[in-house]
Amino acid sequence: MVKEIERYGIPIVHMSTITTISESVGANRIVPTIAIPYPVGNPNLDKQEEEDLRKDMVNRALDCLATEITETTQF
Amino acid sequence: MRLEQRRIHIKDIQLGNETSVKSGVLTVNKEELISKLKEDKKIKDVKLDVARPGEKTRIIPVKDVIEPRVKIEGDGNGFPGVSTKMAQLGDGKVNILYGAAIVTVGDIVGFQEGVVDMWGEGAKWTPFSSTYNLVVDIIPVEGLKPHDHEAAVRLAGLRAAEYVGEAGRDVEPDEVKVYEMGSHVEEAKKYPNLPKVAYVEMLISQGLLHDGYIYGVNSQLILPTLLHPNEELDGAVISGNCVAACDKITTYQHQNNSSILDLYEQHGKTINFLGVILTPELTTLEGKFRTCDYTTKLCMNLGADGVIVSEEGYGNPDSDLLMICKKLEDNGIKTVLITDECSGRDGMSQPLADTTKEAVAVVSTGNVSHVVKLPPADKVIGNDKAIATLAGGWEGALEEDGSLQCELNAVIGATSEIGYHNLTVKLY
Amino acid sequence: MKFKVLYYVNQFFGQVGGEDKAGMAPEYKKEKIGPALGFNGLLGDEGEVVGTLICGDNYFNENNEEALEYIKNVIKEENPDVVVAGPAFNAGRYGMACAGVVNAAAEMGKKVVTGMYIENPAVDHAKGNAIIVETKDSAADMRNALPKMAAIVKKLMSGEEVGTPAEEGYIAQGKRLTVFAKDRGSKRAVDMLLARFNNEEFETELPMPVFDKVDIAPAIKDLSKATIALVTSGGIVPEGNPDRIQSASAQKWGKYDVSGVDSLQEGGYETIHGGYDPVYANELPDRVAPLDFMKQAEKEGKIGKVFKYFYTTTGTGTAVGKSIEFGTEIGKELKEAGVDGVILTST
Repeated sequence: MVKEIERYGIPIVHMSTITTISESVGANRIVPTIAIPYPVGNPNLDKQEEEDLRKDMVNRALDCLATEITETTQF
Repeated sequence: MRLEQRRIHIKDIQLGNETSVKSGVLTVNKEELISKLKEDKKIKDVKLDVARPGEKTRIIPVKDVIEPRVKIEGDGNGFPGVSTKMAQLGDGKVNILYGAAIVTVGDIVGFQEGVVDMWGEGAKWTPFSSTYNLVVDIIPVEGLKPHDHEAAVRLAGLRAAEYVGEAGRDVEPDEVKVYEMGSHVEEAKKYPNLPKVAYVEMLISQGLLHDGYIYGVNSQLILPTLLHPNEELDGAVISGNCVAACDKITTYQHQNNSSILDLYEQHGKTINFLGVILTPELTTLEGKFRTCDYTTKLCMNLGADGVIVSEEGYGNPDSDLLMICKKLEDNGIKTVLITDECSGRDGMSQPLADTTKEAVAVVSTGNVSHVVKLPPADKVIGNDKAIATLAGGWEGALEEDGSLQCELNAVIGATSEIGYHNLTVKLY
Repeated sequence: MKFKVLYYVNQFFGQVGGEDKAGMAPEYKKEKIGPALGFNGLLGDEGEVVGTLICGDNYFNENNEEALEYIKNVIKEENPDVVVAGPAFNAGRYGMACAGVVNAAAEMGKKVVTGMYIENPAVDHAKGNAIIVETKDSAADMRNALPKMAAIVKKLMSGEEVGTPAEEGYIAQGKRLTVFAKDRGSKRAVDMLLARFNNEEFETELPMPVFDKVDIAPAIKDLSKATIALVTSGGIVPEGNPDRIQSASAQKWGKYDVSGVDSLQEGGYETIHGGYDPVYANELPDRVAPLDFMKQAEKEGKIGKVFKYFYTTTGTGTAVGKSIEFGTEIGKELKEAGVDGVILTST
């Protein structure tokens, strides 16, 4: 899906845990996430820690959309 | 270790007032088994039924399949660490009600449960159409959390298998199979010129309905670990009812792991079989890297010349499978993979979610999205409406006349990645 | 009764002439001409070539619509059971003409067979519909190609199963079909390993997939004015799964208006994904699709706004072909709506 959306010229960031797969299939902007059942979160942390982590990940994803790249890049 | 599997050939199952095996007919005391299972306070009610090969019977939604056995000599009756106290498995004598199976059904816990048809078209797609199945329908008390519900169902199946297995304790077997293998040093001395082969069995280890258990230890919590093959054949590994029905390794398939059996068959003839490495498929990338490194290291420490790796599930574990393959091949170990594929209903899609050029020898056990049409059954054990929510089913998969259309995804054991069944994929 | 075959050839094989006649418009003759004659002989009592269509290669490629219209009319009138074209060997224009003819005939519900050299660029155009017998790169291979084509046509008509590409000598159409093997999978794996030890030949049952690359889209110039959409393959849907998206091997995607909520949790979402432990996502669906912190970024002015709709499907066991279809459809909507960037989360 990532690639097909990017074909329209829209920058897209793939937030995924198994970044090896993202890279193999050809995503360009990748933000690594925590774990498969909770990519953008971590129930093992306490509430505030998890929120900080989640906010940081989302902001990183947004920032990478505004970053020019020339090859597949993990942010 | 030396394990004697003593097979008592079962030719029918009857429900009755005693539990016994006479002339190949297994009779199960219905009331006694039900009340035994209801000792678990999480279980409200239990229903029993029998499904025989050839009968127009459909069983759905199936959670696990277990072979009833009793250990008559040596440590560890039942499933040590899970349903009985801890013991070292792999040595001794076990009486097996060969041809019988316990099949657990009941309210859906997850989407990963499946269908078994005992006759016709459906029978071809599942190995459990040829066993005499004692179907245990488990109704839990209300308000159980999913994890507790799954655990209750899992234990009930194992307990039922133990209870039924007892019936074979004093029965003379029809056939005896001996599995014997010494230490690596001893075997290497016996077969100095045979190539050494390890078997890596990957286990889904990803949470609810996605865990395997080894002597009761959730595989999520382990580093890859080495077993003597006899241990698994003796009940050390059980299913946590994981992943899609088509490629979950049921407890029965662990007890009769076809990869182990086929490697054992060649032991001392064409290969020196080193044992089984159980490898978890984790949900984090760090975890996958660690597991891959550790598995490869174990294979190298064992001096393996070749390795067979079997996957459980699909999608993200494809990445584990190929990572392990690449690392083994990079270290000069010849590797053969067993996996199923997700080529789409039309078979036109890429079969795996990941790719690596080192994977040159791969056995495909079928396309999980291959669509089959199963004719109406005379009798449904369980609830065939469940197909709408199972992986591989969809709203409308159950037609008005009772026939069922579904992907192999929903058929128990169809694309078994330990190579238990005989499907493959050909390019047309 | 014999089945009816309509045969297509170019000006050269139709014995009209060489390059100088490549501009000829299509003609139909109720005769067996060139390869059609040999082919007819190979059908024996089972079938018969009822006529030969001949068209110039240049004409076909330059006047594609007119040529096809004529050819379709002939097919309609003759109403054959099978349309056979070529073989075109490595001839590019002839190959494209054969591809055009078989595709048109397949659309009309006819069984179609042709023959080409594997590197003929027309192979990709024809293989979706036709069985293409693999030929060598020159017409000298005619005597090998025709019997293979005839054998396949006979099987198609008698209902006998057509074997694998290797067995029958045709170019794989790319369909991976599930079939029963002689031995169980584990036995085949052991045999394959033994073959590797003994340096014997073996054939993998699953050649590794090849994934293409896509050009990197340029970065967003001003994030604070940008509209960002949220997409997930984590199976997050409104409670009760109103659109009945499958929990595995998804056949569709859903979109839901999230303009009125600050988080998916608030919107009453849950997961129906069959590939992971759902407990954590059901506690807080934003752990899978972080609408909450995207909305917060909107409030803080970091981004212009979060796109009105949230898009979702299930990624587990979903064929790559399906996900391409979903991505194309979703991307089109996002493009048309003027979305500037996308966050896509996977589980």
